[in-house]
Amino acid sequence: MIEQSKIRNFCIVAHIDHGKSTLADRIIEKTGLLTSREMQAQVLDNMELERERGITIKAQTVRIVYRAKDGEEYIFNLIDTPGHVDFNYEVSRSLAACEGAILIVDAAQGIEAQTLANCYLALDHNLEILPVINKIDLPSADPERVKAEIEDIIGLDTEFAPLISAKQGLNIEDVLEQIVAQIPAPSGELDEPFKALIFDSLYDAYKGVIVFCRVFDGRVGKGTKIRMMATGAEAEVVEVGTFGAGQFIPCDELTAGMVGYITASLKNVKDTRVGDTVTDAKNPCMEPLPGYKKVNPMVYCGMYPADGAKYPDLIDALEKLQLNDASLQFEPETSIALGFGFRCGFLGLLHLEIIQERLEREYNLDIVTTAPSVIYHVYKTDGEMIEITNPSNLPDPSEIDHMEEPIVTAEIMVTTEFVGSIMNLCQERRGVYLGMEYLETTRALLKYDLPLNEIIYDFFDALKSRSRGYASFDYEMKGYEPSQLVKLDILINKEEVDALSFIVHADTAYERGRKMCEKLKTEIPRHLFEIPIQAAIGSKVIARETVKAMRKDVLAKCYGGDISRKKKLLEKQKEGKKRMRQVGNVEIPQQAFMSVLKLDEE
Amino acid sequence: MHGAMKKSLGIYIHIPFCIKKCAYCDFLSMPATLEVQKEYVEALIREIESYKTDAKYYEVQTIYFGGGTPSILEAGHIEHILNAIYDVFQVQNKELLEITLEVNPGTVTMEKWMSYKMFGINRISMGLQSTDNDELQVLGRIHTYEEFLNSFKMAREVGFYNINVDVMSALPGQTLENYKKSLENVVNLSPEHISSYSLIVEEGTRFWEDYREGGKMFHLLPDEETERKMYLLTKEVLEKSGYSRYEISNYAKNGMESKHNSSYWTGVPYIGIGVGASSYLDNQRYQNKRDIKQYILYAGFREKRICDIEVLSKEDMISEFMFLGLRRMCGVSKKEFFKRFQISMEEVYGDLLRELAEQKLLIYEDEKIYLTDYGIDVSNYVFSKFLL
Repeated sequence: MIEQSKIRNFCIVAHIDHGKSTLADRIIEKTGLLTSREMQAQVLDNMELERERGITIKAQTVRIVYRAKDGEEYIFNLIDTPGHVDFNYEVSRSLAACEGAILIVDAAQGIEAQTLANCYLALDHNLEILPVINKIDLPSADPERVKAEIEDIIGLDTEFAPLISAKQGLNIEDVLEQIVAQIPAPSGELDEPFKALIFDSLYDAYKGVIVFCRVFDGRVGKGTKIRMMATGAEAEVVEVGTFGAGQFIPCDELTAGMVGYITASLKNVKDTRVGDTVTDAKNPCMEPLPGYKKVNPMVYCGMYPADGAKYPDLIDALEKLQLNDASLQFEPETSIALGFGFRCGFLGLLHLEIIQERLEREYNLDIVTTAPSVIYHVYKTDGEMIEITNPSNLPDPSEIDHMEEPIVTAEIMVTTEFVGSIMNLCQERRGVYLGMEYLETTRALLKYDLPLNEIIYDFFDALKSRSRGYASFDYEMKGYEPSQLVKLDILINKEEVDALSFIVHADTAYERGRKMCEKLKTEIPRHLFEIPIQAAIGSKVIARETVKAMRKDVLAKCYGGDISRKKKLLEKQKEGKKRMRQVGNVEIPQQAFMSVLKLDEE
Repeated sequence: MHGAMKKSLGIYIHIPFCIKKCAYCDFLSMPATLEVQKEYVEALIREIESYKTDAKYYEVQTIYFGGGTPSILEAGHIEHILNAIYDVFQVQNKELLEITLEVNPGTVTMEKWMSYKMFGINRISMGLQSTDNDELQVLGRIHTYEEFLNSFKMAREVGFYNINVDVMSALPGQTLENYKKSLENVVNLSPEHISSYSLIVEEGTRFWEDYREGGKMFHLLPDEETERKMYLLTKEVLEKSGYSRYEISNYAKNGMESKHNSSYWTGVPYIGIGVGASSYLDNQRYQNKRDIKQYILYAGFREKRICDIEVLSKEDMISEFMFLGLRRMCGVSKKEFFKRFQISMEEVYGDLLRELAEQKLLIYEDEKIYLTDYGIDVSNYVFSKFLL
């Protein structure tokens, strides 16, 4: 059995791109669990998509052995946390599994919004925080300034903060020694009933659900009957073990202080929700660990197979994805324009994009996605309140007393020169100014209440472009507030296209309607006839564009050498048609259904 | 083989050399020394000889020297190539054999004209493009209108009575008036055949940078409406002057249609000799490699010379028969369709034909189908429907 005094459970928190995964790789490399040759570029981010985007989506965990300068061997459990605001709850559960956190700060960029958000989150969990200054190899690195920033803004002592370059493997030993010296060992009670925190779970076709957990008290081994305290699911343990890099290493038991996995005959990750407490069914603990909540989707959209015949494949793919992602929700819906599909719920826009890309890549499905929507609360005149996630389901205006929309509190960190343009942006997006703090002379933290439906369109892109990439952004749900909302319908060739409808604030409806029509005009190819595109609120048309009729589409030359090329061209033209949606007698390209997302591009 | 019915065949010879590449040209062409030209002609002859086995099943109906600029070659080279063809292939009666040579005005002396005539060349295609010298300069042509006139006159004097002249519309800065003038000038010369093309700004040409959509000179191109007027004007002016349109871009006086080009649209097999040249033989489409050094090295070895082989399925052949055939104003014959494919056009395309007829894109008669003027205007749309 491993002495708790030799265990260190920690995670790494950082702003995106400050080098979290690279440092994790270095730590694994330096502890000798893997040779340099075996190291993939980024060991922890093992989903293809994560690697490409450089964002960690699912928590990854690794157990490593470090022989410290004091001659002792220490077990490190490094719990890698998701790096995006959409996955905040998962981050908080990962933090709850640790005693300490390494806070990485980029030596050139200094503190960013997510540095702060993640650091406060770690402090909320009473973690010991170990600041590390990374990227000191950059020409623009200014470690002294960044150290001062950390002391001033967060109030952490930086005297012993390692100055490293994870990329070049510089001073990684310092980090390892600091982990041993600064991060407290766990202090669970071995004799108490088994109590562990689920911080992740995944579905494996052979083993069923694999629960990732941190044991706080007691012990668990093969044959123990376990119970999930929130969901009530019970099962007998088949195997327990710890995490090698990218592999599972079975062991006899997990004891207090350890981080590891449990497999039991569980078929669905819905039974093993992140944040739930696992205990011994026969000898349960008195109280579950604090902080469990069921995460609910914030953003919804319709997903339809581009080829209607692939509907069963889409069900199958969504079900498989859900096995590993309890926060993904979906239910069938139908659209006149798009046929059979699903209304899917996501934690945020990034989550949506990730699912969409995984469907396309891993399941080879061509997906049409409708404009994202939030959950609106619609109070009807008869006193009933309904939640609307699909604009098409909005009751007739005469039945609506009023509507409420979700509001988030956002923190935007930006260099002072861009404060003006970011404030303008927030204003345009109906933001309510809460305040501004100067973190130092050149940087400010802006606080706004913003309607979530203004963020899910292209807020991130707008933020980046208006601050030349310097602004960073974090938000949390605030609640629902009444709002003057209207449903904007789009008519193509006089026919309403349900999948293009969206809900928008009355004040911006005209502007959005106009932009939507302009955008659709560029997306819809010319037909043999003229196509009016109209935006309407109820029966009132508020904007109109026209796609002119196609009058000339001829290839003048077609001689011996042109025939193959010409045929390919015609085939492309025909293929393009196949991927279009027929609405009335108009063929609409699939990307047009996403147009609403890109209205601010100019 | 004596007595057996031989199949018709067209031969295209590609001469990739130019004095200067035109700004709009996306054909394979390059400048070359006399030395390289000689090596290249020798390679052409090796390629012709490599067809010895196939040759016995075919009778050559048409020969076409295209480019590039075939007229850049020393006249003797043309003779050598023709002799190589006569050695390897059986050709039909010399009276009926059509031999076309593309000529760039400004590259041909009287002596050369006389040689061409002597070798049996009986059709000339001249790339004039415009009678406006400013436009010619923008296009990067090496000749003026006056030089063209001089060339044309020589051709007539030597006795060429089947001449095509190419004209182009939708040129940078071109007005409808300018274009009309060009057309009328050409018509006044009374060539037997006129090809008219709208400028297409292709990627990889000098024009691309400036005149593609979004390019800094794009605005100088005639707008959509003007371009369309030019296109309609072409038909109007030429038909009034006794030319009939027999294909989307081709007009001819009665009986003077290009046999060689027509064979592309009617599914007659052809072999392309030369670098990058395309062939259609034994239901396969293939191309020679586009690298001239490689071509010269491997001209005699089919396997090493060609690339991009496409074996046509019956569906491919049917689709091609339709979209190539419909380029011709006479359309496609239902009888011919059945004869080739042992299935009726009605059975394959019945619903589509009715749909297109209803949209006034095509005329659906008992014996044949053909495009309406509107159908020609949007022919890519119509053709794409015929792909199986």
